Amino acid sequence: MDVTIEVKRFNPEESESSSYNQNYSLDVPEHFTVLDGLIKVREEVDESLALRCSCRAAICGSCAMRVNGHAALACKTKLASVVDENGSVQVEPAGNLPVVKDLVVDMNPFWDRVRAVEPWLQPTGPEPVAEYLVPNEDMQHLTGVMGCIMCGACVSDCTVLEVDKNFLGPAALAKAYRFVGDPRDGTDKERLGKYNEYGGIWDCTRCYECVQACPKGVAPMERIMVLRERAMDVGYQNTIGARHTKAFEKLVAHSGWLDELRLVPMTVGFFNIPKLLGMLPVAIRAGYRRKVPPLFHHSIPGVENVRRIYRKVTSMQKNEK
Amino acid sequence: MKYAFFPGCVSRGGCPELYPSAIAVAEKLGIELEEMVGASCTGAGVLQESNPFLGDCLNARTFAMAEKMDLPIMTICSTCQGVMSQAHKKLEDLQYRAQVNEVLAEEGLEYTGSVVVKHLLWILVEDIGIDALRSMVQQPLTGFRVAPFYGCYIIRPTGVLGFDEHPEREKSLELIIEALGAEAIDFPGKSRCCGFPILTINERNSVAMVAKHTLDAKDHGADAMVTPCPLCHLNLDGYQPKAASQVQRQIDMPIIHLPQLVGMALGIPSVGLRLGKHIISTYDVLMKLGIRV
Repeated sequence: MDVTIEVKRFNPEESESSSYNQNYSLDVPEHFTVLDGLIKVREEVDESLALRCSCRAAICGSCAMRVNGHAALACKTKLASVVDENGSVQVEPAGNLPVVKDLVVDMNPFWDRVRAVEPWLQPTGPEPVAEYLVPNEDMQHLTGVMGCIMCGACVSDCTVLEVDKNFLGPAALAKAYRFVGDPRDGTDKERLGKYNEYGGIWDCTRCYECVQACPKGVAPMERIMVLRERAMDVGYQNTIGARHTKAFEKLVAHSGWLDELRLVPMTVGFFNIPKLLGMLPVAIRAGYRRKVPPLFHHSIPGVENVRRIYRKVTSMQKNEK
Repeated sequence: MKYAFFPGCVSRGGCPELYPSAIAVAEKLGIELEEMVGASCTGAGVLQESNPFLGDCLNARTFAMAEKMDLPIMTICSTCQGVMSQAHKKLEDLQYRAQVNEVLAEEGLEYTGSVVVKHLLWILVEDIGIDALRSMVQQPLTGFRVAPFYGCYIIRPTGVLGFDEHPEREKSLELIIEALGAEAIDFPGKSRCCGFPILTINERNSVAMVAKHTLDAKDHGADAMVTPCPLCHLNLDGYQPKAASQVQRQIDMPIIHLPQLVGMALGIPSVGLRLGKHIISTYDVLMKLGIRV
């Protein structure tokens, strides 16, 4: 199989510090992975190509990089599945992390974020005589997130990190869930209070990039959604994010569909004058173009069924608690 | 070709231009629509943050209504499509579906798991067909450079969106743009997030995403962007002036809804497509295409 690997390269030692593309044409067997191809380049064509790898079996998490614009483990990605009709594939370093050289990125910002969520068990109360005993069913929901190999694929493709480096990011927050969800940990409320702050759980834009990128099925975004639910459950309800989802639920339960005009003030606060004034230019522009929701919001036909479902579900949930 | 039409909230709310343009295009394409007037909001993924079970019950109710109508559902919003596809997947679990059906029983509804939910984007490619669409074009959009912008929920996660059975869904917007005679611009932002879900939570980040993608499209030579998602439209169009001032650069990138783009090529007058309701003017686009305003 003839393939061309287009590698985005960067050498900090060269006087010109910008990156450039270099193409490597190879004849490889059908079963070759992207990593096999890159190793072949390094061993037989260009020994200056820098890349990081170790296990070659999707266990160590060293070879996360962007293949055709999306994060993947190079060792888990077959070349045949990613080359285009001309046999070409584009390979770049992982995103959202500083590039050290070619396909090698600096993982320090990644580890800093993971450390920031205090990724260790913090039990409270007297220590047990022997080990902590936990029923299997209480740990099962954590097995998925424990599968994280810290490769950074989710961080690479995170849309929020692209515009805000203060965001804790998907890997760290998935790790946060691992400890909030652990029955042995006794600091849930303190942890959730911390994750509830700026740069934490409410800054995720729910874009599913991390779910798609994760090679291990950790689904970080879905863990972040559970953290939001838990944070509200333990009483952190006075953030814009918490008010947004609660207001959304109430409005849909009331009229069957979304009353956009009421959602905004219910979210930011009816008396949050600076915030509401800040939105005024957008509202004026939209009003001028008559791009506005109906001023008098009506309910959908049969709304009583939606209200009944809401009542039934919430009373079931109350009884469970 | 008949569908149970699920318009979603925003096409009748913050993007009132979408609903009539979708209706006009469906009529022109010979798609018969029966509107699901009693169907509720999908929850948009927001309601699911505080009450995922309630979200699944509401979507199962919509699915059961479509089953009663014996029709597949047509959506015109990437977010509605994605949230419904996710609910559809969860409701494949028979035990979970039984729990949900218990909640629906009082209304005399039961979801049996047979519903098909398709965005107009997929209907154009899979049910109408690209060749048939091309043959219906009355005013080819020749020379028009269009940057596709999908919206997260219609492309991720691929596992629940049927991409295995329909790999063409990954390129559906490009296929349509080219069938209409326009040129599809490839740019990195096309599958990224518009930032709308965090608009009220972290406006600075949300607007930064608008700036990034609209400028990205502009720098790749696009005349306009097209999106099948009205939430992306709200942000990319409505907050573009703010994005321009954040980055101190002129952007002026018109954002066109999918049905509007199709409608232009099918010869539907611009007034029927409500192209005057956008924050970023579409006037230059219409002039370039020789379409009467």
